[in-house]
Amino acid sequence: MAYPSPLNELATRVAETRPDRLNQAFPRLTAEEKDKLLHEYHPDYRADTFSTLRVGPNAGDRTPRELALLLEGESLLKGTNIALDHPDYDCDVLVIGGGGAGCAAALIAEDLGAKVLVATKLRLGDANTMMAQGGIQAADKENDSPAIHYLDVLGGGHFANIPELVETLVTDAPEAIQWLEELGVMFDKNPDGSMKTIHGGGTSRKRMHTARDYTGAEIMRTLRDEVKSRPQITVLEFSPAVELLTDSTGATTGAVLLNLNLSGNAFSRDYHYTVVRAKTVIIATGGSGRLHYQGFPTSNHYGATGDGLVLAYRAGARLAFIDTMQYHPTGVAYPQQIIGQLVTEKVRSLGAQLLNIDGQQFIYPLETRDVVASAIIRECQQGKGVVTPGNISGVWLDTPMIEILRGPGTVKKELPAMVRQFARFGIELDKEPILVYPTLHYQNGGVAIDPDCRTNVPFLFVAGEASGGVHGRNRLMGNSLLDVIVFGRRAGAAAAQNARARGSNLELTLKHLEKWDQELQKQRIAPATKSPLILPDYTKKEA
Amino acid sequence: MAENMIDIYIMGEHHRVPDSLTILQALEYAGYRLIRGVGCRGGFCGACATVYRVVGDYHLKFALACQTKVEPNMQLAMIPYFPAHQPRYRLSELKGTAQEVLDIYPEMLTCYGCNTCTKSCPQEIDVLGYVSAIVRGDIPLAADISFDCIMCGLCVSRCPAELVKHHAALLCRRIYGKFLAPRSEHLKQRIQEIKSGKFNAAIAELKNMPQAELKKLYANRDIEPEE
Ligand SMILES: Cc1cc2nc3c(=O)[nH]c(=O)nc-3n(C[C@H](O)[C@H](O)[C@H](O)COP(=O)(O)OP(=O)(O)OC[C@H]3O[C@@H](n4cnc5c(N)ncnc54)[C@H](O)[C@@H]3O)c2cc1C
Ligand code: SF4
Ligand code: SF4
Ligand code: FES
Repeated sequence: MAYPSPLNELATRVAETRPDRLNQAFPRLTAEEKDKLLHEYHPDYRADTFSTLRVGPNAGDRTPRELALLLEGESLLKGTNIALDHPDYDCDVLVIGGGGAGCAAALIAEDLGAKVLVATKLRLGDANTMMAQGGIQAADKENDSPAIHYLDVLGGGHFANIPELVETLVTDAPEAIQWLEELGVMFDKNPDGSMKTIHGGGTSRKRMHTARDYTGAEIMRTLRDEVKSRPQITVLEFSPAVELLTDSTGATTGAVLLNLNLSGNAFSRDYHYTVVRAKTVIIATGGSGRLHYQGFPTSNHYGATGDGLVLAYRAGARLAFIDTMQYHPTGVAYPQQIIGQLVTEKVRSLGAQLLNIDGQQFIYPLETRDVVASAIIRECQQGKGVVTPGNISGVWLDTPMIEILRGPGTVKKELPAMVRQFARFGIELDKEPILVYPTLHYQNGGVAIDPDCRTNVPFLFVAGEASGGVHGRNRLMGNSLLDVIVFGRRAGAAAAQNARARGSNLELTLKHLEKWDQELQKQRIAPATKSPLILPDYTKKEA
Repeated sequence: MAENMIDIYIMGEHHRVPDSLTILQALEYAGYRLIRGVGCRGGFCGACATVYRVVGDYHLKFALACQTKVEPNMQLAMIPYFPAHQPRYRLSELKGTAQEVLDIYPEMLTCYGCNTCTKSCPQEIDVLGYVSAIVRGDIPLAADISFDCIMCGLCVSRCPAELVKHHAALLCRRIYGKFLAPRSEHLKQRIQEIKSGKFNAAIAELKNMPQAELKKLYANRDIEPEE
């Protein structure tokens, strides 16, 4: 046992209640019970942690304080003097962000003959997509249908989702899977070729497709390899976009990138910028978990700082559902070195139960994420949580139960990535339960789009986690990887077509920033910070 | 809780850091604002491959900085970038044969069988195992063994034959996924059905349904049992 002794004793209690729990199913909550639980315990309902936006298309809407600060921030380019008349690059389609959505968009745009440039903050593929373990949904089994999938998505999203976007998501889904297969993604299959599919929280059919527990990594490394194989796609790594370019009508005409290699160099005194002229721009910058809303730990990659929202907002794009974030119910609460990292929902799909300090179940493990997260927060607030040496509370996730329910060896076979991750810190998942607490996981909202990923800013498209509307107020597991592929492909197609129709006589200005400044002044707002954030700062801080 | 502080050396410079930190966190604790050598922070992307040794011991050690705890007297270096050869190919123009893998990566045949790669892999992959499978032309096996590869390149950095095996393994997996894995009939059929408009009416009905009715439908939907 790798747990210190107080935790070890509590873990023994879990083992003691295991035989009783073997055939015990915790009842599902009624709609009313769920509502009550969410209102009392979900972080989205903690009014004191939100701010109301004062400028921009969403003035009057509320959003987490940390995001509001950046949305109302000052451009990094304020006061600089960048020559815009001789752009460093020229392309048809500029894709900002090299995760799943960005790569999918780039590939389809290139298929359609566009000259594509992908600008990304870190390395190509260092993205949330790489980290997705659980799976990707698609209704392709006989007992399932896009209509059933549609209802699940809506129910999960609290019926707030934009119906056209959900319709697109579920009807494009099987084709998205086939496209990935054609690119060489190795999905888990039965010997007859049929897909092995499992349940996820909130699914009424087993429609989660997996590639062991490296589903996102498998998709991402395949897309990355394909992007790199195409000479018509230029990739600029370590080049985050810091501002969009617009013409005098407000339409997008490109972006300014920051060269992190040169600017981060200790010997360089200046920031080095790269100017890209583009007929169409796709924002695919992913989420904002690294903003640590309400002080939560996060499962997100290092670059997930919501930059795309800031860029689009300043250029006049409307945001949707930016008052709701997803807290994944099972983030690691112990060991301390990996706090906040994800314990995939698949663990619960396979049969692991959630238990309080007494070894008792307190929630049906496959309720939707927001409901499970709220229940865990409730247990901990009511003193039923387990306090770790790092002085945070968590609840047990009884992983050894999987071995009992599904046979010895199942944990190692189905969850190799997780087994490895915990083994590095001496914890054996198949023998010991683990401690979990909700972690900031997903930005449910983002830039408002239509089914072709168009925004209200001409020639600006958004796809993936940076967009909002598909998932309503809560996303179901496996629908995000799907969203990334479905809408990434659509954004690529729409952007390529629109680029073709647009002349090459583009005007590159930062006029939208002048307008932005005027608005700030009118509202007497002195920006408290510069934005986008680009990278969080963890220097000289306890981890 | 009082932190237990230990001595480490980052590029030769002495620092004291809490012993509970990972290497990545220790670098940040010491004041480094990281740009390269960090990505997912969760053991999935391979960006944080790092080399270190412990004072007094000549052995070089290899690890993922985000997944490895610091230890006393660690001497850390940052490797921002490790050059790796990656030929261009178009999967769609291949036929999916084992020979093609060797045509694209002919150097795979020069493996000495020293097994250094396996010892350096933070994912505990049998690297020599998949290299041998590639050499023998067994693509399914190479794809299977290498599946958990996070492409950190540590095995390349140590290989006396300088083989970029993780890229060759990726090609094997892509070939397996596209050409060798059995196809799903139900997937093909569903795409046909969607194209023929089979579900349009059902979805249109849901789209036009008043929310109260949708909620009722959702609450009463039947759920496929876990077996
Ligand atoms: C740990 C984890 C597990 C998950 N598991 C699942 C799952 O099982 N199933 C599922 O469906 N979903 C899952 N998700 C969610 C899903 O993976 C993500 O929502 C999705 O991959 C987002 O894809 P994306 O392309 O929109 O963004 P990302 O993949 O995050 O890519 C965004 C890219 O944009 C870059 N970028 C950011 N800012 C800038 C800038 N200013 N300029 C240029 N580039 C920039 C980033 O560096 C990154 O490369 C998971 C997420 C996490 C974090
Ligand atoms: S096989 Fe090589 S590249 Fe892949 S994870 Fe192991 S050491 Fe890293
Ligand atoms: S390190 Fe290189 S030469 Fe040695 S076994 Fe591995 S691939 Fe072969
Ligand atoms: S930062 Fe991705 S593996 Fe360490």
